[in-house]
Amino acid sequence: MRVHTSGRTLSTGSRRTGSVRSANDTPTPMQSGFPVPASKNQHSPHNMTPPPSQPQTLVERLDALYEFDREPVSDNKLHGGKSFIAMFASEHVAGTEFVLGPLLVIHGVSAFDAFVGLLIGNVLAVLSWALMCAPIAVRERLTVYWQIRKIAGPYLTVAYSAAFAIILCLLAGAMINVSTTAIAHPLGIESPNYSAGEHFPSLPWITLAVIIGAVVAALAVLGFERIAHFSKICAPWMPFIFLAGALAGLPMLGVTGLDNFWEIARTKIWTGVLAPGESQYGFWSCVGLAWLCNISQHMGMGDVTIFRFARKWHYGFASAFGMFIGHYMAWISSGIMCAAFIAQQTALGVAQPNVNPGNIAWLGAGWAGLVCVVLAGWTTANPTLYRAGLAFQVATPDWSRWRVTLAAGVIMIVTACVPAVNFFLDRVVAYYGLFFMPLGAFIFIDYWLFRRLGLERNYAERRGLRASWPAAVGWFGSFLICFVLFAKDNYASFSWVNDHLPAFLAAYRADFFMQVLPAWIIAVMLYTACSFVQQKTASPVPQTSVA
Amino acid sequence: MKSILKFLSYLGLAFTAIPAVLVFTGTISLQTQHNLLVVGMLLWFGTAIFWVKREKTGG
Repeated sequence: MRVHTSGRTLSTGSRRTGSVRSANDTPTPMQSGFPVPASKNQHSPHNMTPPPSQPQTLVERLDALYEFDREPVSDNKLHGGKSFIAMFASEHVAGTEFVLGPLLVIHGVSAFDAFVGLLIGNVLAVLSWALMCAPIAVRERLTVYWQIRKIAGPYLTVAYSAAFAIILCLLAGAMINVSTTAIAHPLGIESPNYSAGEHFPSLPWITLAVIIGAVVAALAVLGFERIAHFSKICAPWMPFIFLAGALAGLPMLGVTGLDNFWEIARTKIWTGVLAPGESQYGFWSCVGLAWLCNISQHMGMGDVTIFRFARKWHYGFASAFGMFIGHYMAWISSGIMCAAFIAQQTALGVAQPNVNPGNIAWLGAGWAGLVCVVLAGWTTANPTLYRAGLAFQVATPDWSRWRVTLAAGVIMIVTACVPAVNFFLDRVVAYYGLFFMPLGAFIFIDYWLFRRLGLERNYAERRGLRASWPAAVGWFGSFLICFVLFAKDNYASFSWVNDHLPAFLAAYRADFFMQVLPAWIIAVMLYTACSFVQQKTASPVPQTSVA
Repeated sequence: MKSILKFLSYLGLAFTAIPAVLVFTGTISLQTQHNLLVVGMLLWFGTAIFWVKREKTGG
């Protein structure tokens, strides 16, 4: 997910959930670790001073917020490959890894699906970073915000930022939920068991979540830089806790050595049998989830904001260090912990074990496990909340930074008290990725294909368009088409769609996580076709207006 | 001083990783592993905070 990114150290994003990270956000100086113009520090949470001339319109305010990143990165500010390896390795172990690994177990994937499917999905994610995102980043050296603005126009960029702020609040809420399960455990407060029908937490649990959320929101306002430093300290330690928990869980499942590991994995962990009431996931679900988890960063081009500081495009392969620690080792480890917990609870006669991060970490790693869950959630929630506040500030220019961050914190806390968010976190991540990916696809096609097709690049900027209708059609059209193709077989209210589709489409059974590829293709086709219509029917661009 | 701190930090990581292997092989109990993980955690956080660098900002 970074998710993530997660902003643990050098990144821009909410730590990738499953490391879900933000796509359009600009790294804060503290998070990025990359040199930034001094003026950028004016926007740190410690300095609420507004710019000298206050922009008036929404678009002007948004532009002003990102003004310091308008110029391409200069050569003397570029970073070597080690910076990117460190960034990816440190920021992809988030609180949500404790959620996504168990979800694969509960949804009945097989051992082969988990090991091979996640392997392929993560390889695809790395290739997407290395071959799609990084090459454009090092050629353009602009943030994703300005790249989208050139292609889609300011209005769509505002819409993109607003939607992103909301999703960031949801993700920060998911992190708080994760941390709350860990703190609730030693206090004897039972976390809600969503699969057992507990759709609302108890009052003590809500109180705890509110306290934790309030502390996180306050810290996001008061001490962001220190938290970024602390996140960096946590990073090397957390993967060891995942490993420790998994190794401790294996004997509980009957694993005595490498010789019987696969047999136990196949029959007791990733059994292929789903929990009651769940939907069946398979090989392609694993491929798709691993690929799609951070799609807004790679195919969605969010990480051009980071890789614009790279000396060479092949630094994109550094993402492998994040993927295979956070989205492979950590997911597999948390899946093992989940299976061990279910086995233990079942042996104790519990009909529906309450699988949550706090419970599984306690079983595998004790107090250190609980601390890991709290820190993994907290250190991810903080930068996510900070960025949400930054995005919301566009719409509330008269509000101080702390006020807008606390407002975002309220949304985060409410989300944290909705157990369904984490229970369906894989779906949330999938919707998030599919919704924000198309604009990155436009950047890719605009850069590599448009001139070869005889189309003008950055058409919205050249024409001074407020909104690019081809981008709007491609963006919303691709998402809607992919959603309907999935919903027709999975939501009763959409079943009527099958009656009106051609036979081959009615027979198509979409795996939601594997909608990545069709969504990208549809987005590109719609955008390119509409751009043809737009540009071929328009009058020539006046030479004076060409940038 | 920094070398000592780093040594203790890595010792903390070793206290996190090695007991997991030992509990897997049945050499130590799960409770012992949990206790050693706490020791490793305290060692790591108690020392790493003094030598893990803050990110450079503003330049």
